[in-house]
Amino acid sequence: MQATTTAESISRIRSDVNRRKFLDQVFVMVGLLVMFAALLVLAILFIDLVQKGAPRLNLDFLTQFPSRKAERAGILSAWVGTSLIMLTTAVITMPIGVAAAIYLEEYAPKNWVTAIIEINVTNLAGVPSIIYGLLALGLFVYQFNLGQSILTAGLTLSLLILPIVIVATREALRAVPRPIREAAYALGATRWEVTAHHVLPYSMGGILTGMIIGLSRAIGETAPLITIGALSFIAFLPESPFKGEFPFLSIAWLKDAFTAMPIQMFNWVSRPDPKFQVNAAAAGAILLGMTLLMNGIAIWLRYRFRKRINW
Amino acid sequence: MQTRSGAPESTSRQAPQRLAGGAGPSVPRPAIDAARAAEPVEQVTVKARAENLSFYYGTVQALKGLSIEMREKRVTALIGPSGCGKTTFLRCFNRMHDLTPGTRYEGRIMLYPDDFNLIAKGVDPIEVRMRIGMVFQKPNPFPKSIFENVAYGLRVRGLRSSARVEEEVEKALRRAAIWDEVKDRLDNSGLSLSGGQQQRLCIARALATNPEILLFDEPTSALDPIATARIEELIAELRDQVTVIIVTHNMQQAARVSDYTAFMYLGELIEFDNTSKLFTNPSKKATEDYITGRYG
Repeated sequence: MQATTTAESISRIRSDVNRRKFLDQVFVMVGLLVMFAALLVLAILFIDLVQKGAPRLNLDFLTQFPSRKAERAGILSAWVGTSLIMLTTAVITMPIGVAAAIYLEEYAPKNWVTAIIEINVTNLAGVPSIIYGLLALGLFVYQFNLGQSILTAGLTLSLLILPIVIVATREALRAVPRPIREAAYALGATRWEVTAHHVLPYSMGGILTGMIIGLSRAIGETAPLITIGALSFIAFLPESPFKGEFPFLSIAWLKDAFTAMPIQMFNWVSRPDPKFQVNAAAAGAILLGMTLLMNGIAIWLRYRFRKRINW
Repeated sequence: MQTRSGAPESTSRQAPQRLAGGAGPSVPRPAIDAARAAEPVEQVTVKARAENLSFYYGTVQALKGLSIEMREKRVTALIGPSGCGKTTFLRCFNRMHDLTPGTRYEGRIMLYPDDFNLIAKGVDPIEVRMRIGMVFQKPNPFPKSIFENVAYGLRVRGLRSSARVEEEVEKALRRAAIWDEVKDRLDNSGLSLSGGQQQRLCIARALATNPEILLFDEPTSALDPIATARIEELIAELRDQVTVIIVTHNMQQAARVSDYTAFMYLGELIEFDNTSKLFTNPSKKATEDYITGRYG
């Protein structure tokens, strides 16, 4: 490189910069292309489902029980079942997953036992869901006699998403900078105080995001629910969680039989009558909508928590 | 005697010449320093004493048999090149190393007047941190309100009365010279402040719990010169209220704010003396080389 600035050297710098900026632009184009390809597939799928299911996408579809007549069949028991299962799953997973993550991240001594547990937790995320179904059938249904109930379904799906929630929660906890922890320790806080007053509140956005990503995975699971014996034709609702008299809430529904959205879909898809395919498409559109809604909530939560906390 | 204007900036470079010329102390605040230099060591109470202190990260020995006294309500500066162990030494005082597995202390750090060895085996680091506060290199306020930042140490100590908490928070913010800037926005996030204000907030947070010793770990290394000057002024004001130990890589800063200075090199204490004496008339060759900028 020359020390003196000449017209020639400037033009050389410019052409060099232009060439490198061109490569930059090429990558942007490739990236956009790939991203739109992925989005396009999802969009086509969704539009296709909505189009096919359009005749049934109305309020009646949501308020009717399944029926042998396709045009009268609805998804009332399916979406109520799915909602209650998700509620159960969330209530079970949240404390266990967060507590496990806190222990592994903040408390566990760094030794080979912890290392084995960590590797196993990560590996569990990759276990096929039907294996969880078989485990749940043997353990919850036969051993603990919980029956083919919403509780069993919730426990099963909890097992399935616990690894996801634990890994996501650990990531969120780890994102709290060390100087913040040190500041709290330096003031005389105990490990629990540091965790409860600082680390947990500051990582809540990430924890909730992981939780919802786990639930979005669970909402579409079919195999483990079929394995534990979910019914596909239910013409009644579980007992209402709300009661007229004290204490106004009931958990009797936990022991009720259930069906869920993906099972209802599966059932309709496997019928020969093409009218049921319309129902399946409509249910699929609604299920996809539910998943997108949950992801939307995750994004919103993350945005809200991050806005308050930026290191 | 020559004039002292510009002394802080020129202390280290000019020290040897002055020494040769037989000039007196060249650090600022000559009156205070002259008084303190004249003061016999015995008249100053010792607040803490490290006795043959060694420290290990795993098998690596970071501190090698340090012995030093920290005087009560005085500012002691720890200087030395990067990696000399000054921060490691500082963090022994509030047992911060206990957060890292595989670390080990040897020797004693006695805290007076109660003759309490704070690195003894059975001593809970939390107890130590209840008595000794710390301000870190980078401002690290909690992502909570300004008020809650300062109140946190009090809450950990079980102070529940909100009137008392408010009173103590105001007192601490005043002592840290930041009250006037934040009194109208105590509910705003601590992160909404500028870097220098954040650091003073962290000082207020540490002061709120009335520590016996306040540790500063290069408190101005992330700040601009104006914010640095304010922190230095503040440390000078604190000298009569609390025992201060400050790590700094800036020798002018050590000369400006401290009464005593310890020079460390490769995990050892090379020299410890009155700041004015150490910067004008160091007794060890290594100290002189360092303060005249020959290495480090």
